[in-house]
Amino acid sequence: MILPNLFAMLQGGGAAAEAAHEAGETPDVAGMLMHHLLDSHEIEFELLGRGFVIHLPEWAPIHLGGLTIDLSPTKHVVFLMLAALLCLLVFVPVAGAIRRKGTDKAPGGIANAMEALVVYFRDEVVRRNIGHGADAYTPYILTLFFFILFMNLLGIVPFGATATGNFMVTGALAILTLVLVEVSGMVALGFNGYMKTIFYVPPGLHPVMAVVMLIILTPVEIMGKLAKPFALMVRLFANMMAGHTLVLSLLGMIFLFATIGPMRHGIAVASLAMVWPIMILEVFVAFLQAYIFAMLTSVFVGLIRHAH
Amino acid sequence: MLYAMLAFFQDAGAGMAPGSLGQLGAGIGMGLAAIGAGIGIGQIGNGATQGIARQPEAAATIQTAAIILAALIEGVALFAVVVAIIYKFVA
Repeated sequence: MILPNLFAMLQGGGAAAEAAHEAGETPDVAGMLMHHLLDSHEIEFELLGRGFVIHLPEWAPIHLGGLTIDLSPTKHVVFLMLAALLCLLVFVPVAGAIRRKGTDKAPGGIANAMEALVVYFRDEVVRRNIGHGADAYTPYILTLFFFILFMNLLGIVPFGATATGNFMVTGALAILTLVLVEVSGMVALGFNGYMKTIFYVPPGLHPVMAVVMLIILTPVEIMGKLAKPFALMVRLFANMMAGHTLVLSLLGMIFLFATIGPMRHGIAVASLAMVWPIMILEVFVAFLQAYIFAMLTSVFVGLIRHAH
Repeated sequence: MLYAMLAFFQDAGAGMAPGSLGQLGAGIGMGLAAIGAGIGIGQIGNGATQGIARQPEAAATIQTAAIILAALIEGVALFAVVVAIIYKFVA
C-alpha cells in the first residue's frame, strides 16, 4: 500500500522540479506532461530538485538515399534495450534451471513461477488459437508478451520511462505482427490460397458481377489486413500513455492549486488519494495489455492459417 | 430554426480565438467516447454477472472473457482519446 504512493510521489518529484521553476506564475502543467511523456535525449534522476541528468549521445543522422535515419539512443531506446536485457537476465537462468532439474521434480522459486506463466500461455493462448503447428510460434509469442510486459512495468517504477508509450515502438511491434501473420498465411495457404484471401470471389458468380465485386472488395480486404495491426499499435500505445497522462495531470493539479487556490494544503492529500488507485490500476493494465497484444497476435495467426 | 442555429454559430465564431473550435471538438469527442466506453463495458458487466448468477461453476471462464472483452472495448475508446489529444495540440 505504501509502494504505489511512494512511486507516485517519486514520479511527481520530477514534475515538481519543472513545474515549480515558474515561481510566481501559473505552473506549466502541459509542458511538464509533454516533457515526461515524450522521448528525449536525457535521462533524469532528480529527487526534490537535486540529482543528476544523463545526457544521451546524439549521433549524426545517416542518409540512405532519400531517407534520413537518426540512430542516436534516446530515453525510450535505452529503456527498450533495458527491457530486452531484463528478459535475457530472467529467462536464461530459468531455462538453465529447468533443463538441469529435468522433468521429474518441479523447479523452485522464480523458475517455477515463470514455468507456470509459460505453460499457461502455451496451452491457453498459443495452442488454442493456432491449432496444429503451434509450437513453432510459442517462442515468439512468449517473447512478445514478456518484452511488452517488462517495457510497461519499467514505466511504473520511479525514474523509469514507458517505451511502449511511444507509438513508434508499438508501431514496430505491430509491423512485426503484420509480417508474421502475412508470411505464415502465405506459407500455410500457398500462394494461390493467400491471394484468395485478398481477391475473393464466391464460386458460381456471373463474371461481370465478379469483376465488380473484385474492384470493390479488394481495397477493403487490404485495409482489413492493415487495420488489425494498426489497432494493436494504437491500443497498446493509448493504454500506456493514458495511464501516465492521468497520473501526471493529477499530480500537476497540486502545483496548479498551490498558486491560485485558497485551500492549498489539502490538495496534495486529495490528489495522492486519487493517484494511488490509478497507479495500482496501471500495473494491472500493464499485464493486461501485454497479454492482449500477444493473444491477438496468436488469434490473427490462427485465423489466417485456417482461412480455407 | 436551423437557420437561427447556423446564424448563432456564425456570429459566435466571429469573436473566437483561432483553434478554439478545435479544442471544443476535442472535448466533446472525448466525452462521447467516454460515454460509449461506459455503455459498452456496462453491457459486458450485465452479461457477465448474469452468466455467473446462472452458472456459478463457470465463474472463472466468464470473468476471464469479460476482462479481455473490456480491454478490447477500451481500446476503441482510447482511439478517440488519441485523436482528441492530436486535435488539442495540433490546432
